[in-house]
Amino acid sequence: MLSVTPNTAVGVTAPAGVFAAGFGPVVDESRAINGTVGDITATDPRMTARNVNVYYGDKLAINNVSLDIGKNEVVALIGPSGCGKSTFLRCLNRMNDTIDICRVEGEIKLDEQNIYDRSLDVVPLRAQVGIVFQKPNPFPKSIYDNVAYGPRIHGLTSNKSELDDIVEESLLKAGLWDEVKDRLEETGTGLSGGQQQRLCIARTIAVAPEVILMDEPCSALDPIATARVEELIDELREQYTIVIVTHSMQQAARVSQRTAYFHLGELVEVGKTDDIFTNPRHRLTEDYITGRFG
Amino acid sequence: MSNTLLIIILLGLMGLAYRLGVRRSQKLVGGPGGVRGLHSLPSYYGFFTALWCGLPALLVLLLWVSLQGGVIRDLVVSDLPEAVRALPEAQLGLVINDIQNLAQGNIVSGEVSPEMERASEHYKSLQQTSYAALFVVVLSLAIAGLSLGWKLISPTYRARNRVESAIKWLLVGCSTIAIFTTLGIVLSVLFESIRFFQIIPVSEFLFGLEWSPQMAIREDQVGSSGAFGVIPLFVGTLLIALIAMLVAVPIGLMSAIYLSEYAGSRFRAYAKPLLEILAGIPTVVYGFFAALTVAPFIRNNGELLGLDVSSESALAAGLVMGIMIIPFISSLSDDVINAVPQTMRDASLGIGATHSETVKKVILPAALPGIVGGILLAVSRAIGETMIVVMAAGLSANLTANPLQSVTTVTVQIVTLLVGDQEFDSPKTLAAFALGLLLFVVTLILNVVALRVVRKYREAYE
Repeated sequence: MLSVTPNTAVGVTAPAGVFAAGFGPVVDESRAINGTVGDITATDPRMTARNVNVYYGDKLAINNVSLDIGKNEVVALIGPSGCGKSTFLRCLNRMNDTIDICRVEGEIKLDEQNIYDRSLDVVPLRAQVGIVFQKPNPFPKSIYDNVAYGPRIHGLTSNKSELDDIVEESLLKAGLWDEVKDRLEETGTGLSGGQQQRLCIARTIAVAPEVILMDEPCSALDPIATARVEELIDELREQYTIVIVTHSMQQAARVSQRTAYFHLGELVEVGKTDDIFTNPRHRLTEDYITGRFG
Repeated sequence: MSNTLLIIILLGLMGLAYRLGVRRSQKLVGGPGGVRGLHSLPSYYGFFTALWCGLPALLVLLLWVSLQGGVIRDLVVSDLPEAVRALPEAQLGLVINDIQNLAQGNIVSGEVSPEMERASEHYKSLQQTSYAALFVVVLSLAIAGLSLGWKLISPTYRARNRVESAIKWLLVGCSTIAIFTTLGIVLSVLFESIRFFQIIPVSEFLFGLEWSPQMAIREDQVGSSGAFGVIPLFVGTLLIALIAMLVAVPIGLMSAIYLSEYAGSRFRAYAKPLLEILAGIPTVVYGFFAALTVAPFIRNNGELLGLDVSSESALAAGLVMGIMIIPFISSLSDDVINAVPQTMRDASLGIGATHSETVKKVILPAALPGIVGGILLAVSRAIGETMIVVMAAGLSANLTANPLQSVTTVTVQIVTLLVGDQEFDSPKTLAAFALGLLLFVVTLILNVVALRVVRKYREAYE
């Protein structure tokens, strides 16, 4: 899935114009950084990624990506399949560590702390930067135990009533409480797909993260469940910073404040969501969002 | 000998029938180019003709051979003098045996009378007639079948469906052979056990505390009363199985966890087959390893600690059996741990759980049913194991829970009861069947429980 043809991946420092040869020239190259068009910075950044390269074995999957993620904003990562957006997302809480052949270069900071620093322990990092996956993956445990899993392993509570409070609060925030409050002891896998995904979101926010990463959270859901999760993302923005990978441009337009367009492992363009969708500056972005390829 | 020849001829005819069938089907549609005009591929017409040629003939052959002996015997008996026919069944059998031996040129018991000479001549001629008739009948059936099959071939004839249904019946036959064999074994064990229970009451067998299987041939013999209480054997079996599981479950499970969760792919590629080699070592090799190395080692070290260890101990047998069982548990557990979806691991790691927390709280609970199933299978293996116990645990049926003493198991006793010359109507020998039945029932229950456990929890993660 994450294949990058060597020919396009090698030109690490090539300007975007060269990189995009064959697609036509860049409309406005004046503010391009590392070949990215648009403003990669955020006014109040929670996470900053600089010059990130990711390799799978010898293959370059992400090429020199720099991007800021601001506090209390939703950043959408869009792009065709295999463009590296999920890989980049998984770099943000080091989930790529679980893949043996994966190697990350560059610098990613969470609140001024480099998360790839040798001294940093990955366990508290993942509690601070939670992740919600594409396919709902509740544990085959009860709904209560699913949500209580994180607080228990991190020792966040000292007694049962505190844990009860956290479970209730997380389920409330995830908009699932009313549907499950009478059956917390039933298994999480027995819920519907949309409910399972909201349960996974509740499980993630139960450990009070600062950033929530979402990897195509609605791709396995029906439209009604999708609308419910999108609503939820908008509510969660008030307390959390959210990065969402999506294949649906409508979803990106609906939920995000900033959008980043990836193409073949490069970050092609980033900017305010309204600008990207109404006035894309890079030819590739325009082609993608107008549906000429993807 | 002549039957073998007949079968070879029949097979040759079937091959010929195949060729003829293929040839005719192709000819009917104008050579190999017209195969699309046929309902089935030419080879199916070939098989169809071959089946018509071979099947009825083979069935008749089988029936003939199975009935021939009885019919000839009855004919010979009916020609014997009145005095001989009036003999009891057992002696009549001996006479007929002699006649058969005479006819085949084997050694005969006793003098050969002219009557027997005549009877054996009669026997021989009957047999020859039977063979000749068989030859003619089977071959003419084969040729008739061949020509019928050959005639039936036409472009619209559904040869494929016929051949496939014939193959389906062949498969049904094969599966019933397995089932009926099992049934036959169970029934034969059951009937012998019933004979045993007519002599020794079931309650005495199941709840007796003493096992000393001996029966006097004469009334006044020493040790004329045998004791057939199965409890000491079962305690011994369970003791050894328990020791084996105490060794095998922790080591097997932990090595499975290491192999599937922590080991690099290269180490795993070498270590897993190596572990599985353990399962390929014959149990008799484990047996002398236990008897020559482990048992003396335990006794010597026990003496150093001031313990009284017998030279053959449950501990030695159990330890070695545990090592033998490790690959069962590790291999099965490794498979089920690997079958836990990666998304479960991701979910746990993504919340910030450590690797070991993920293993303990997510992976092991999800894999538990499979692991339990594997352990139960290993337990039935441990209960049925014989060789190691024969060599390392001894033969004396002590009712003890002390692993340093020698004990014996159900399987070992079955072996010792049946080894050597035995009479098959004494309770001593029949006891082996009762033990076998008991063992069968216990292992069956364990297997059923194992399957239930696995099935009940199989859909835990989806």
